[in-house]
Amino acid sequence: MTSADFQILLPEIVLALYSMAALMFAVYTGKDKTAPMLTWGTAGLMLILAVYIGLNGAGAHTAFGGLFVDDAFSRFAKIVILVSTAAVLAMGRDYMTRRDLSRFEYPLLVALSSVGMMVMVSAGDLMVLYMGLELSSLALYVLAAFRRDSVKSTEAGLKYFVLGALASGMLLYGASLTYGFAGTTQFSGIITAATEGALPLGLLFGQVFLISGLAFKVSAVPFHVWTPDVYEGAPTPVTAFFATAPKIAAMALFARLMHDAFGHVVGDWSQIVALLSVASMFFGAVGGIGQRDFKRLMAYSSISHMGFALIGLAAGTIFGVQAMLIYMAIYVVMNVGTFAFILSMSRDGRVITDIRSVNNYAAHEPGKALAMLILLFSLAGVPPLVGFFGKYYVLRAAVDANMVWLAVAGVVASVISAFYYLRIVYYMYFGDEGDTLDTGMAAPQWALLMASAALMLLGVINLFGIEGPAAAAAAALVN
Amino acid sequence: MDNILSMITFIPLLGAAILALFLRGDDAAAQKNAKWLALIATTITFVISLFLIAQFDPANTGFQFVEEREWLAGLTYKVGVDGISVLFVMLTTFLMPLTILACWGVTHRVKEYMIAFLVLETLMVGVFVALDLILFYLFFEGQLIPMFLIIGIWGGKDRIYASFKFFLYTFFGSVLMLVAIIAMFVDAGTTDIPTLLSHSFGSDTFSLLGVQVIGGMQTLMWIAFFASFAVKMPMWPVHTWLPDAHVQAPTAGSVVLAAILLKMGGYGFLRFSLPMFPVASDILAPLVLWLSAIAIVYTSLVALAQTDMKKLIAYSSVAHMGYVTAGIFAANQQGVDGAIFQMLSHGFVSGALFLIVGVIYDRMHTREIDAYGGLVARMPAYALIFMLFTMANVGLPGTSGFVGEFLTLMGIFQVNTWVAVVATTGVILSAGYALWLYRRVVMGDLIKESLRSIRDLTRREKVIFAPLVAMTLLLGVYPALVTDIIGPSVEALITDNRAAVAAWDGGGAATTLAENAPTQETGH
Repeated sequence: MTSADFQILLPEIVLALYSMAALMFAVYTGKDKTAPMLTWGTAGLMLILAVYIGLNGAGAHTAFGGLFVDDAFSRFAKIVILVSTAAVLAMGRDYMTRRDLSRFEYPLLVALSSVGMMVMVSAGDLMVLYMGLELSSLALYVLAAFRRDSVKSTEAGLKYFVLGALASGMLLYGASLTYGFAGTTQFSGIITAATEGALPLGLLFGQVFLISGLAFKVSAVPFHVWTPDVYEGAPTPVTAFFATAPKIAAMALFARLMHDAFGHVVGDWSQIVALLSVASMFFGAVGGIGQRDFKRLMAYSSISHMGFALIGLAAGTIFGVQAMLIYMAIYVVMNVGTFAFILSMSRDGRVITDIRSVNNYAAHEPGKALAMLILLFSLAGVPPLVGFFGKYYVLRAAVDANMVWLAVAGVVASVISAFYYLRIVYYMYFGDEGDTLDTGMAAPQWALLMASAALMLLGVINLFGIEGPAAAAAAALVN
Repeated sequence: MDNILSMITFIPLLGAAILALFLRGDDAAAQKNAKWLALIATTITFVISLFLIAQFDPANTGFQFVEEREWLAGLTYKVGVDGISVLFVMLTTFLMPLTILACWGVTHRVKEYMIAFLVLETLMVGVFVALDLILFYLFFEGQLIPMFLIIGIWGGKDRIYASFKFFLYTFFGSVLMLVAIIAMFVDAGTTDIPTLLSHSFGSDTFSLLGVQVIGGMQTLMWIAFFASFAVKMPMWPVHTWLPDAHVQAPTAGSVVLAAILLKMGGYGFLRFSLPMFPVASDILAPLVLWLSAIAIVYTSLVALAQTDMKKLIAYSSVAHMGYVTAGIFAANQQGVDGAIFQMLSHGFVSGALFLIVGVIYDRMHTREIDAYGGLVARMPAYALIFMLFTMANVGLPGTSGFVGEFLTLMGIFQVNTWVAVVATTGVILSAGYALWLYRRVVMGDLIKESLRSIRDLTRREKVIFAPLVAMTLLLGVYPALVTDIIGPSVEALITDNRAAVAAWDGGGAATTLAENAPTQETGH
């Protein structure tokens, strides 16, 4: 343990210390009165850390003898996690106040969860992986049940906790099997034990259990069951958080584990991941059709999107990882924008999430409706919007890796899922005269909605240069 | 003007952006401004496109006015036109100002309506000029969004059903094409269309899931492209979205749909299927020829039974597109020339016919044929114009409809006389439904009370029809205007196509499939 090690870990340490200090501060001073200040402070700190990581990082370093890895891949994931979390905090602020949920624990739990996620994406060892995962998950369990007096919210928290604990158990079991057969918990050691054609049976089992645990976190079918209920039950800002940063972290961890620890036996896991991917794409597409609740719909949408991102992983190539990272970054931007809109949805001052309530919204609020239109078509993957490019990248990765069938399955699923995005457009634009949503919208929500729509529209020019960093990140990971 | 194509493509988009960002309010003045701005933007585009055609060199069979810029993901922004695409660009820019004029009477969400049409024009021109596969796909698919909204917001009473059907049908066809596009990229290492045109894709027969695929990779890609273009065209039996979409779309939407959007499929066949997959096109040509023949006869018969004017014309469009597909896959000079001619001619004629329906729909708010009769008594100018376009639709010599049908039938006859015979009956049937429609709507005595006060064409409507009448007659008497421009490019296309087919050795069936002797007989 040297100062160089701590230097590498600096962003995590700063965020963790901040959380604890802020917790003490809030408890001994104004309690919930400090909530607005803490929210803005946390969001601001996250942005600063994101900039710091973006500017400071170069090359690949490891800390604590390889337990913690800092490379282009982890930096890419961390920046997306921090920026999206800051965005979610900013847009949830107004909602929390109006719903009487303005408690100081909220930003701090989100911050702690983010620390966990940052550790996850930097994990170079099964122990660190588990530590990061649990730190982030425990905070998420509490967040899901944040509205204590609501049955749905507590149900969501409990469900998430029970199933999450099960998944953690599976992951841990897989980790112990892997340790038993590889003789080490470090990824760099496992990769030498797990070689092509000579993968010990126990290691194969370990790998499968690890995949199961991670599939739960990315809510890939068949480990998706919690998603719709938790999305619906949790307070909307928490749902927005669930849909963004944890998904990136889990997906990045998935890629890290598969490539860093099992990178020599791609053939053994790519089929499993492909199966998860196809099942998620179709389940997410078909399951969303009957949904009336916008948050539930977004749950199915995210299941389907995770299936697409997994295509990139299933390809098992550098380009596949690059495609996955680009897909996830695009996915997060679309979700931030969409949830900014969902957060603003209310009628006569009451929260409403029924998609039919956006009836005829376009006639009253053409600007915001247009932004939503862009986001929805982008989610559906219709060109020329940026959502299409995400799909294009992963499909190309699949075809490159000779998995044309996976690409065909993907495009068929995307047509099915297009239906439910279109239906929201239909309510917004073709609806009859009648009640519609309240027209007010908090400034951060408006700004994020408009910004993400603009990104989806203008990104067609060059995707804002995201391709280069994603390629560097993928190259750093796959060796 | 070395970026003339980009100007033509993006000026309408610029107009749409100005409308979206700077035009406020929804009162009469704002509506008027929106309409004028859209009209000006489309007219400027048309004027610039006149420079394009003036400077175009028909003798050069390569791509002209090429612009190339770096884009993302190893793709390029590359545009250019050749003899095949330049006239489609002209058709689009020519029709759009007329389309905008045709929706002058709209009062519901005018600003959005104009934005949708301007965006649509950019995307339509983009399809014809794109020289990068992904760029092409972007423009091709992007049209779904404005078209979905045009049908869904401003359409008739079953507009919701029609808009969803339109979107999902065409989206499904296109995503399969996307997979094929990516496979082409992986195989050839580029998405540059001129390079791909000279790249020969594998045509060795292989076995997929136990089925012999004659023509190998080419055949699979051809089928994927076919899935998209056949839906867009539309070909029987995937044409069913078209009548719904047409009937529910507002008049201007129908015009754009029939006159321009339907041409995307034909253009796609000419740009991709025929030159890039020559072997597969040759193998599957009989299938397309027969599907086209069925389409011509079947949809003509269906058209006879319609009671809704727009639906009748929609089915007639499907029948006319049958000539186009058959002509293209006859793969000879007359056939392809005829197909392009037929597409251009159909652009003017069907556009005009939908406008003609729109004229009386605006007055009476019904499209039922039975609601009319004897209009000639009150609307002589209207009757005259309707007559002219009915004749053009039937294919009367002297109108542009004749040239297209005659050339395609001549091309088909050289390849397959039976298909030619069946397709020719379509000419008779089209005379049947078109003249019968005309008789029921225009002729006879004016006995319906409600029609007593109907007014003849206004000056604006005459202005819209005048250029269409001129083009229909001009191309009818002097078709060389078109064939001189498309001729050299088509000739080069046919020569390359025939050479590739002649060079094909049967997919290596003789060597690689020696052990599967019984199945190799199906090869060419």
